Amino acid sequence: MKLAYWMYAGPAHIGTLRTASSFKSVQSIMHGPLGDDYFNVMRSMLERERDFTGVTISVVDRHVLGSGSQDKIVENITRKDKETNPDLIILTPTCTSSILQEDLQNFVNRAALEAKTDVLLADVNHYRVNELQAADRTLEQIVRYYLEKYGSDTQKTEKPSVNIIGIFTLGFHNQHDCRELKRILYDLNIQVNLVIPEGNSSLQDLTKLPKAWFNLVPYREVGLMTAKYLESTFSMPYVSTTPMGILETANCIREISDTIKKFSSTLSIPLDENNKIHDVESYIDLQTRFISQAAWFSRSLDCQNLTGKKAIVFGDATHAAYMTKILVREMGIRVACSGTYCKHDADWFREQVAGYCDSILITESHSEVANAITEISPAAIFGTQMERHVGKRTDIPCGVISAPVHIQNFSMSFRPFLGFEGTNQIADLVYNSFSLGMESHLLEIFSGHDTKEITEDKKTDFWSEEALAELKKVPGPFRGKAKKGVEKYAKEQNIFPITVEAMFAAREANS
Amino acid sequence: ENTIEKTSDELVCTCETGNYHTFCPISCVAWLFSKITDSFFLVIGTKTCGYFLQNALGVMIFAEPRYAMAELEESDISAKLNDYKELKRLCLQIRQDRKPSVIIWIGTCTTEIIKMDLEGMAPKIENEIQIPIIVARANGLDYAFTQGEDTVLASMAYRCPTISNTSQDLSVQNSTASLSLSHDSNKIDKQDNQQNSKTTPGIVLFGSVPSTVESQLTLELKKQGINVLGWLPSQRYEELPALGKGVYVCGVNPFLSRTATTLMRRRKCLLIGAPFPIGPDGTRAWIEKICSVLGVQPKGLQEREEKIWEKLKGTYLNLIRGKSVFFMGDNLLEISLSRFLISCGMIVYEIGIPYLDRRYQAAELALLEKTCIKMKVPMPRIVEKPDNIYQVARVKALNPDLVVTGLSNANPLLYRNINVKWSTELVFSCIHGFTNTADLLAIMTRPLQRDSVLQ
Repeated sequence: MKLAYWMYAGPAHIGTLRTASSFKSVQSIMHGPLGDDYFNVMRSMLERERDFTGVTISVVDRHVLGSGSQDKIVENITRKDKETNPDLIILTPTCTSSILQEDLQNFVNRAALEAKTDVLLADVNHYRVNELQAADRTLEQIVRYYLEKYGSDTQKTEKPSVNIIGIFTLGFHNQHDCRELKRILYDLNIQVNLVIPEGNSSLQDLTKLPKAWFNLVPYREVGLMTAKYLESTFSMPYVSTTPMGILETANCIREISDTIKKFSSTLSIPLDENNKIHDVESYIDLQTRFISQAAWFSRSLDCQNLTGKKAIVFGDATHAAYMTKILVREMGIRVACSGTYCKHDADWFREQVAGYCDSILITESHSEVANAITEISPAAIFGTQMERHVGKRTDIPCGVISAPVHIQNFSMSFRPFLGFEGTNQIADLVYNSFSLGMESHLLEIFSGHDTKEITEDKKTDFWSEEALAELKKVPGPFRGKAKKGVEKYAKEQNIFPITVEAMFAAREANS
Repeated sequence: ENTIEKTSDELVCTCETGNYHTFCPISCVAWLFSKITDSFFLVIGTKTCGYFLQNALGVMIFAEPRYAMAELEESDISAKLNDYKELKRLCLQIRQDRKPSVIIWIGTCTTEIIKMDLEGMAPKIENEIQIPIIVARANGLDYAFTQGEDTVLASMAYRCPTISNTSQDLSVQNSTASLSLSHDSNKIDKQDNQQNSKTTPGIVLFGSVPSTVESQLTLELKKQGINVLGWLPSQRYEELPALGKGVYVCGVNPFLSRTATTLMRRRKCLLIGAPFPIGPDGTRAWIEKICSVLGVQPKGLQEREEKIWEKLKGTYLNLIRGKSVFFMGDNLLEISLSRFLISCGMIVYEIGIPYLDRRYQAAELALLEKTCIKMKVPMPRIVEKPDNIYQVARVKALNPDLVVTGLSNANPLLYRNINVKWSTELVFSCIHGFTNTADLLAIMTRPLQRDSVLQ
């Protein structure tokens, strides 16, 4: 048993549902108790999703507990099949249902006989993998299932082409990143074959995955398993360098170019005028100097001021590792501590950030992170929503660079973290975090805003003690207004001292 | 099963499949830990429970809440670890870090399935660590959303001190009768009052409401000369009200049927079955029922109610009169809210509700029926354990002016040009009593007002 207040990565079924509901026309049926479909709320609220999320529960209640699910799951699957006519139904176990140890595969087999659609059981262990691992696994499972069942189209496209793997729902700035990646690939004259799981492709399109020349996996967390499966089965190479920051974006582009060159020679497809990709070096140079402002920013006076300032980085493996490198190599900031909650990927993370930071922190405990922050007391934090709040508590500015995040990080405007436009966004984020800290620091030094002296009118003689106590229950921001309203009413009605009763009467009169 | 039945002159209750979205009952932790200020809630469950709470609680989670998960790991599930030792270790840590007056263990689906004997372990650990431990099984196998509060309050009822004043004791005959619900036993209630007529009539109220609302309702009864002896829950665990034979109790929320039963059966209290003080009509009926049982002549209530309605006439009532509303159902406030909205002149097509205790809600159901007749509108159809998919089909067919539903359906319905009121908000807002009527209507009508603002 573990005393836990906060978790960075959610339970496994969330990962499965995120992958499944990213695809078009996939329905998930959870086997779990009432209220376990909180995923729908998150998708509907955080993503501001316009459609009903394709997730329903086959409810585990007392009755199921006593006598097993029996026909219930099969009925729910066949009903879903008739009502929504999806391409695929995924039965998703929850941690509750894993302990019940019902033979869910048997239900899936039975339902598959009756349903017109394909039916799959999500293959994840709730007590061994987290949200991200489960998402990765489910994506691989679906891809494998479709390619094995429906065959594959291995005829390569004429032009160099790519599958982008790992863009999915509730991902941190995923949609913006995807748009930016597509722009770069377009510039390079590379055709985007499929984007999975959240593209516009249907499940039937998955059979076309092998048509692409190679795969691009922008994030460590989700997509690698699929890329590796495609590599071993169809000899498709993949690029998994995240194009985040100027240097790594350039590296990613070079890798892409190398991959394509190598591939064309093995396939003996000549890269002629039709399918030639751009001269990558001149492209990178042009983009770095004119599209991205980050390189110039690094040399400007603003950034000079940041030299040697201390920062802490914490997040998922991808964002924390790449952010650390950007801060150190591209902005001259000292990263006192860099960490991730992706324990399962700790080795990779250590390898990435070794040499770029004073210390490495691998933990799932937010209080360990908070302790590190207090101990180091950096000038800025780059972390998740939790670190943002630690920053608030300790008066240290924080830029949010990784999930888990709240609705404010599902921005409506274009905010990629990847590619050249991403470098601009990151530069803004870093600069604003530091300069805000500086601004309030200067304010402190020059004795603050001069409005500080104006305080609330403290005169409370004509309030009865009980009424004052009642007034204190009104939340701070509204108290002043409430007080004024009551006093005005008391004056009109000539009630002194002001009683609790008068307060409520005032409220009724004023509302 | 997906047809829309003709509206009838009688209250029709049907039951569907139970495939609907609601919050897990452990969510009660969110409002109860802030209500009971010296408590600590320990939810014994898995990552799934934790993930739900941390997302549902929103920013509250960052304010060092007095709640935590005892997260069960694989070794706990497979009984490789000793539950007793593990729980004791965590409780000791909580005692050291937070020094609460009470620790409330929330049992979850997982503790049910692996049959963890929380009730058995609690007294032993309580003894060893010298902090009261209350066990509430607020799990999704048995309950929906607000019923979580019911399980906590029912367990807490056992911890209320026993009343010492023996003059209020009833005869054996009466206490047997008190086991039945009081709307059947008005006669006995009256006999009772004659016995107690010399003392100021007192009552204990149950249900968690914001402290301002607590003061307001207490004051309303005080105006009638009725003394509120205490609230379950109280602001602090140490201030729980005294209970016992002959103590009158009355609920303020419609989802507290287990608490009501516990108070009657285990604590021998006398339950006053009244409509709930939601809306001016409900509040008046609530006070009148309490007065009638306690033998007090209510005064000024009619004027009070009329004055509230009068104030609303120019504003909200014009906006909603004649408009229709559809409750998909998720928090058990639905019957009371429907009754209030019908009083306001609305037409209710359907009242979805997770669970309907016909005995505990009897007075509210009767008032609903009476209100429909008075307002000359058809009786709404009540759907217990609704099916959201069938409901969405009915919503599309009926095209109501307002759908009251949870967050998972809200945005998709809005996208389909159906106006939505987010139902969860009603659980956290001040909606009880005369004073909050305007606020309640402000909340209910916000989507309609927005409609007229946006172009």
